[in-house]
Amino acid sequence: MMPKRVEVRISGLGGQGVVLAGEILGRAAVYDGKYAVQTQSYGAEARGSTAKSEVIISDKKIGFPKVRKCDILVTMSQNALNKHLDDLKENGILLVDRDKVKEVPKVKAKVFGIPATRIAETELTSRIYANAIMLGALTKITGIVSEEAVKKAIIDSVSKETKETNLEGFGKGLGLAE
Amino acid sequence: MTKQLPLDTYFMQGNQACAEAAITAGCKFFAGYPITPATEIAEHLAKRLPQTGGIAIQMEDELAALSAVIGASWAGAKAMTATSGPGFSLMQENIGYAFMTETPCVIVNIQRAGPSTGQATKCAQGDVMQARWGTHGDYTPIVLSPNSVQEMYNLTIRAFNLAETYRTPVILLADEIIAHMREKITIPPSNKIKIINRKKPKKTDKTFFNTEEIPPMPSVGDGFNVSVTGSTHNEQGHRYTADPIVHRQLVERLVNKINKNANQIINHEDHNIENCEIIIISYGCTSRAVHETIELAKKRGINAGSIRLKTLWPFPEKTIQTLAKNAKMILVPEMNLRQIFYEVERTVHGTVPVLPINKIGGGEMITPEELLTEITRSVNNIE
Repeated sequence: MMPKRVEVRISGLGGQGVVLAGEILGRAAVYDGKYAVQTQSYGAEARGSTAKSEVIISDKKIGFPKVRKCDILVTMSQNALNKHLDDLKENGILLVDRDKVKEVPKVKAKVFGIPATRIAETELTSRIYANAIMLGALTKITGIVSEEAVKKAIIDSVSKETKETNLEGFGKGLGLAE
Repeated sequence: MTKQLPLDTYFMQGNQACAEAAITAGCKFFAGYPITPATEIAEHLAKRLPQTGGIAIQMEDELAALSAVIGASWAGAKAMTATSGPGFSLMQENIGYAFMTETPCVIVNIQRAGPSTGQATKCAQGDVMQARWGTHGDYTPIVLSPNSVQEMYNLTIRAFNLAETYRTPVILLADEIIAHMREKITIPPSNKIKIINRKKPKKTDKTFFNTEEIPPMPSVGDGFNVSVTGSTHNEQGHRYTADPIVHRQLVERLVNKINKNANQIINHEDHNIENCEIIIISYGCTSRAVHETIELAKKRGINAGSIRLKTLWPFPEKTIQTLAKNAKMILVPEMNLRQIFYEVERTVHGTVPVLPINKIGGGEMITPEELLTEITRSVNNIE
């Protein structure tokens, strides 16, 4: 059982879609009838600098909007993992894109390695869909949002051109986590 | 044609909520120059304004952006621009011009870390005094401070209503966190939203500037003979710079039309304020840490309360004087190196100790834990 208030941090490099993944997660939570706040932090560069997106999901109205200690940490780059691992709660959940994160230090957490970038590149035409795959895995593993809500949130958040591929990526992520 | 978003609950970004609210308020003209973290407002209005019979243009810089907005307002349109610190600096001259010519318009400033280009993507609250005193000469601006996506919506509508009511520029002073944050927002049905439009002159009117506290405003094309100048002017608007009385009456009226109506303009949200010993005065994103802090303090046996400022200027002096009467200490957390702190200190005039809590850099917020540490320390100092 997840606690009533869940704090999630999704981190990686600018261009990997971590902000969009956070947006979709937060929107899905609202579609599930919960409160959600999503904030972000990124550098002035459009691509390549470290980026993070934070989502707090709660049954109650949310005051402080930033994540201090996360229940769930998603990282899509080695730098991001090194930077944020200390903020993961003991026995929290860690999801890494195992094509981008080669070394995971010993940590008191449930760790899941997802081959998101490889599958996005080989099965979905582009690595830009790695975030959708991570989102699928996150949904399946944690159950903090419903699959239906995430699907609707994807449709409402991405462009018409990428909608189908994003949904496919989300489905692959769900499958990987089984 | 979609005129307004349908009634519903959304998961929306602050900047987007601001843009949607502008449309609901009746905004028909946006001019701006792209700048992080305000660009989404321009992006959204560039898409939405043409759908609602309005115009959005990108100008060559921020000086031109506010010039275009002032021109559009005189053409009869509700008009807005949006920027951040560096652009807000460039707009100061035209803010004075809008104030002097009594041009209703809305200027959105999404604060980021300055001075200069600073940390473009990081949050700060360093433009509070610039919003108050940025242009030259005597003036009183109206400045609003939202602390949620819902308030980005509500206060943008209020900014237009105040601009139209008082025939003056209004500044929505938000910050990067509130502007980029996404959260749940409910858009009320349009018949539940109060929209105010400027008072227009009667066909027989000949004077438009000094006849009454808030004179009616003609538009270009209405057929009136009007002169609009930033120089000291008489009732017709004609430049009149030699007479000390004309200047005195004009500028005092412009300042007084805001100050005398301060009670109608000032808005704040109080929490646990009755008989608390510590009062936290906060605004914008920083205020989001306060409720949790009060709960944490309660567990330590400390009775703390909060005044959250939704209007920064005119400053709510009377409110603070009244509510602070029984407090032992006032804390003022801000993401700057002391701005509203000095206003609070001036207001309570030595009757209550005021403690500043400040943090800048990297957009890092003051956390509830940090606030609690300061509260605990200050309580120990009192006892």
